[in-house]
Amino acid sequence: MNSIDATIAEKGLMSSEMGSERTLYPYVTGTSVIGIKYKDGILMAADMGGSYGSTLRYKSVERLKPIGKHSLIGASGEISDFQEILRYLDELILYDNMWDDGNSLGPKEVHNYLTRVMYNRRNKFNPLWNSLVLGGVKNGQKYLGTVSMIGVHFEDNHIATGFGNHLARPILRKEWHENLSFEDGVKLLEKCMRVLLYRDRSAVNKLQIAKITEEGVTISQPYSLKTFWGFSAFQNPTKGAEGSW
Amino acid sequence: MFRNQYDTDVTTWSPAGRLFQVEYAMEAVKQGSAAIGLRSKTHAVLASVNKANSELSSHQKKIFKIDDHIGIAIAGLTADGRVLSRYLRSECINYSFTYESPLPVGRLVVQLADKAQVCTQRSWKRPYGVGLLVAGLDESGAHLYYNCPSGNYFEYQAFAIGSRSQAAKTYLERKFETFMDSSREELIKDALFAIKETLQGEKLTNSICTVAVVGVGEPFHVMDQKTVQEVIDSLEITEERADQGAAMQEDRSPETAPMDI
Repeated sequence: MNSIDATIAEKGLMSSEMGSERTLYPYVTGTSVIGIKYKDGILMAADMGGSYGSTLRYKSVERLKPIGKHSLIGASGEISDFQEILRYLDELILYDNMWDDGNSLGPKEVHNYLTRVMYNRRNKFNPLWNSLVLGGVKNGQKYLGTVSMIGVHFEDNHIATGFGNHLARPILRKEWHENLSFEDGVKLLEKCMRVLLYRDRSAVNKLQIAKITEEGVTISQPYSLKTFWGFSAFQNPTKGAEGSW
Repeated sequence: MFRNQYDTDVTTWSPAGRLFQVEYAMEAVKQGSAAIGLRSKTHAVLASVNKANSELSSHQKKIFKIDDHIGIAIAGLTADGRVLSRYLRSECINYSFTYESPLPVGRLVVQLADKAQVCTQRSWKRPYGVGLLVAGLDESGAHLYYNCPSGNYFEYQAFAIGSRSQAAKTYLERKFETFMDSSREELIKDALFAIKETLQGEKLTNSICTVAVVGVGEPFHVMDQKTVQEVIDSLEITEERADQGAAMQEDRSPETAPMDI
């Protein structure tokens, strides 16, 4: 091989190495999202914090968004990746509307599409660093599902991501039932969010609750939960814990 | 040798504003043996005439299942029809991979029409020589479309293509207003009556026709020959009653086999 060839080969190698940039770890993240089915549709709750590592850097991040007419998405994890997902979904819904033929993508279709996107990206070793919750109602059919950054997906009557999986799901398993009214649903979500606020250090006390029914999506204005920090267990939280000071 | 100087190339206009090669391709559809389709609110039925090219050969398949909710009947060049049905199948399976739900019929038909249109605008291509009746079921009910080599498509209540399809069309035009609320069984009967019209007196048996159904709670499938014969027999009984005393039609020698190659 002459020297010119060698330079070209070297350049080829260089450029291919330079071409591979991927998310190795998340930067700004949102914490848990909770979703439940209730009598008339789906309810979802998420706080508005955006953590830069362990710093609570942003306080007004909207993590619940409507997708088309029949779906609602909630995201935890990397916020910019969520914004990219929203761009994908906007395009998806736009092209779907452009057919103008009376057919439309429902929550099940959007969920499956996202599963394909997430799994495809993880196979490229370049995942979208999110756990997503997808809810919606179409033709009287309620739908609630989730998909993780590696493409794991399932449907359930109640779903929580991240810390919520450990702290909210047990409450939901105990108290959720098929015929929850809107008020009871909101109360149940607030109970879960309050537990998360107390125990999840990246949760903030500013949250939104979103509702989707056959009529459409409504997302609440941000609001706070009443808290009480005077419990004796809060006085000295690490007392008796081994290895703490 | 040539009909005129403007018909050797698909992309060359005649001064009258026609594309002769495209029109010739449309003629190929008329050479194939007949295929008909009709639909109600909930069901769509396809039927075709099977004519073997020679006494020694079997007939060509003219009805294809595309997916659980879509099927097609073709008239014209069977080889082109098979290529297109492979395309349709792959579009359906890709859609259900991505969305886990069936592809709306109308969207599939538009994709197919776009594919056919490209062939009318490229100098190195030729138009497909096949007409397709696409029957299917989706969110908005049962549908029947006709796709032709020119890249046009139309939605129909009932339609017939292929040789002597005019007779079937006349029958369907007379009765189509009742189809919307027809039951599955009535649709099948009307399909067979329409097929019978194209046979011009030749006896209708299960060996010269194929019938396929798709509908609510019923995935697309070709009906088995025994059931078809039972329906045909029931038709003849009702018809004999109607035609009582009518003179027997004179026996016609079968015409040359259609060019369904």
